[in-house]
Amino acid sequence: MSFEKTLRSFILQNFLFTDDDSALSNSDSFLERGIIDSTGILELITFIEEQIGITVEDEEMVPENLDSIDNLVRFIGSKQSKDH
Amino acid sequence: MLNLEPGPSPKKPALESMLSELRHRGPDSTGFYLDEEIGLAHARLSIIDLTSGDQPIHNEDKTVWVIFNGEIFNYIELRKELEAGGHRFYTKSDTEVLVHLYEEHGESFPDQLNGQFAVALWDTRNKTLFLLRDRPGILPLFFTQQAGRLLFASEVKAILPCLKSAPRLNLHALDQLMTLWAPVSPETVFRDIYEVSPGELVTVRGGEISRHKYWDWTYPPDGEYRREPERLLAEELHSLLVDATRIRLRSDVPVGAYLSGGLDSSVLTSLIHHHGTVPLRTFSIGFDDRSLDESDFQKKLIDHLKAEHSSIQCGIFDIGETFLDTIWHTESPVLRTAPVPMRLLSGLVREQQYKVVLTGEGSDEALGGYDLFKEAKIRRFWAKFPQSKMRPLLLKRLYPYLDVSPGKAQSYLQIFFGQALDQPDLASFSHLPRWTTTAKSKELIRREVKEIITGDPIEAMLNTLPRAFRDWHPFNRSQYLEAKSLMAGYLLSSQGDRMLMANSVEGRFPYLDHRVIEFANRLPPKLKMKVLNEKYLLKLAAGRYLPGKIVARPKQPYRAPDIPAFFGGRTPAYVDELLSQKTIDDYGYFDPAKTALLVKKIKQGRAIGYRDNMTLVAVLSTQCWHYHFVENRGNRSVRGVVE
Repeated sequence: MSFEKTLRSFILQNFLFTDDDSALSNSDSFLERGIIDSTGILELITFIEEQIGITVEDEEMVPENLDSIDNLVRFIGSKQSKDH
Repeated sequence: MLNLEPGPSPKKPALESMLSELRHRGPDSTGFYLDEEIGLAHARLSIIDLTSGDQPIHNEDKTVWVIFNGEIFNYIELRKELEAGGHRFYTKSDTEVLVHLYEEHGESFPDQLNGQFAVALWDTRNKTLFLLRDRPGILPLFFTQQAGRLLFASEVKAILPCLKSAPRLNLHALDQLMTLWAPVSPETVFRDIYEVSPGELVTVRGGEISRHKYWDWTYPPDGEYRREPERLLAEELHSLLVDATRIRLRSDVPVGAYLSGGLDSSVLTSLIHHHGTVPLRTFSIGFDDRSLDESDFQKKLIDHLKAEHSSIQCGIFDIGETFLDTIWHTESPVLRTAPVPMRLLSGLVREQQYKVVLTGEGSDEALGGYDLFKEAKIRRFWAKFPQSKMRPLLLKRLYPYLDVSPGKAQSYLQIFFGQALDQPDLASFSHLPRWTTTAKSKELIRREVKEIITGDPIEAMLNTLPRAFRDWHPFNRSQYLEAKSLMAGYLLSSQGDRMLMANSVEGRFPYLDHRVIEFANRLPPKLKMKVLNEKYLLKLAAGRYLPGKIVARPKQPYRAPDIPAFFGGRTPAYVDELLSQKTIDDYGYFDPAKTALLVKKIKQGRAIGYRDNMTLVAVLSTQCWHYHFVENRGNRSVRGVVE
């Protein structure tokens, strides 16, 4: 499964409690839609670190990297290309 | 029950069926009054005047009758005045002052009372019924209309036997509860059943019902506070608390006290120790989970005061196993399991042959103790300079977990706590972060139900605010919102009266003496919270009694385990059944597939947040509520089916 699909299914199942793909678009802001709160951020980062094997640095914890599927895919892509 | 229109007079068997649901509130004796229009029934928990205090009680010529639950603490002083004015008493009870006070003062008689009470008073001369509740809302009182009759009782379950059909969930009230922690009074979670609001007198005459608020939390316009030096104000608070405690020790049975190890109960037990006439007897609860347990502080104070003490240890399975039955008592969904240990604690009190305890609720609301007040203060400080990188960092002093959470990043702090930063004058400013976070628990509500719910719970709450609210200092505004939402609607009911009365124990609340509240409300806000030092004046007034470690101790909110109580290794059978897709679907409030995903997440150990815990407890407690009150119509004898 691609990152994008893995991430989508994680967000849908864990925060929206649904398998319905139409419940979230890739550009939806998690914050604006109230999908993620302060412990939700912790869940999300733990998931990324465990599943994708990257470490999210303190200064990287900004909405530009973490606040939508699109932002996450871009952020993880750039992290992985730096690592290789 | 009262006839609102001409019809057959109320009959005793119907009253008996209502009363049989309230045995836990009054196991000691019962009494009835019936005439052509009205039937009054009373179940008594005998505390004052054990021999002649049975109710209903009447005036000299039997034209005024009363039943009441609670205590009038200043009955000795009131009786002296009434006797001097020529009134003759036939009992030694506090109840009897009610009928004579009414004769003397008419509809303004509640102003004279210092106490906690739910009263039904019937004047046969002008065929008028008065339903009355104490000022802060300690004792409950509910009513509804059915087929030309007004039905009223201390708990809704006593009304249910008289209803023609099963009760229904008030979906708007559920929406409010899952945002504000409680429905907006007078709504209840039972559709068409209302509460008499705290501080309210409901008058029923000629089939018409009118409501009058005789008391409310009120504050002076910003700036017009008491101006004396803080030392003198601390002395005055001390005297008030001593007297509030002294009159709450009036009883013909032994009185004990709850001890949590926090400041409020430590002050209270010290006041009893130093100013009471009876040996101090204390009760506390301990948790297996060390992060929730306060036993070390309890022990420190018990050693200091040399009190006779009993405690009960609460494990996660105790909570899981007794939660279903607890909801029969709360009569309401809840967002936390915290009421359950309070019920186990009152069970311990009763087991030790006590039926009255003094307890510290109300201090945080009246004297300024909550973290939410600090949070609002920091957010206001931040709002004055929203670009500041330093100001929001003060939140970390309040929520140390922010330091280890990714939420500490500036941009996320801004989003989680920066709500309405550009509108610090918003009436809801202090409570918005809590209310919007709590509202996330509604994710699992079924789509069809969401479509029925109209209106915004926060708007509904704000619509009840008094006109003067805008003139108050922001700190006082947050105190008002707290006293009217969480305290009256949840802490004093689901977690208070209901958990005490489940074991026939009466709680008494010195910090909620209206003289203490009215004094505190006129204090400058900075004497309640000095910078970020909470309950500053209380510490000044009563710190003399306590070991320094207790005064300096940061406030620890009372909490109990939530998800682990149901999934921490052992899951009670009723939980599986009530959360099964079939039952969720049958009851119809929540989405079965979403609920299944939440349960799956929990079972995989991935539900770690505040939100998942609250959502699970909200869903499960709503299912328990439906099971008890809709499916079984409050009939407790069938509970064994899933237990």
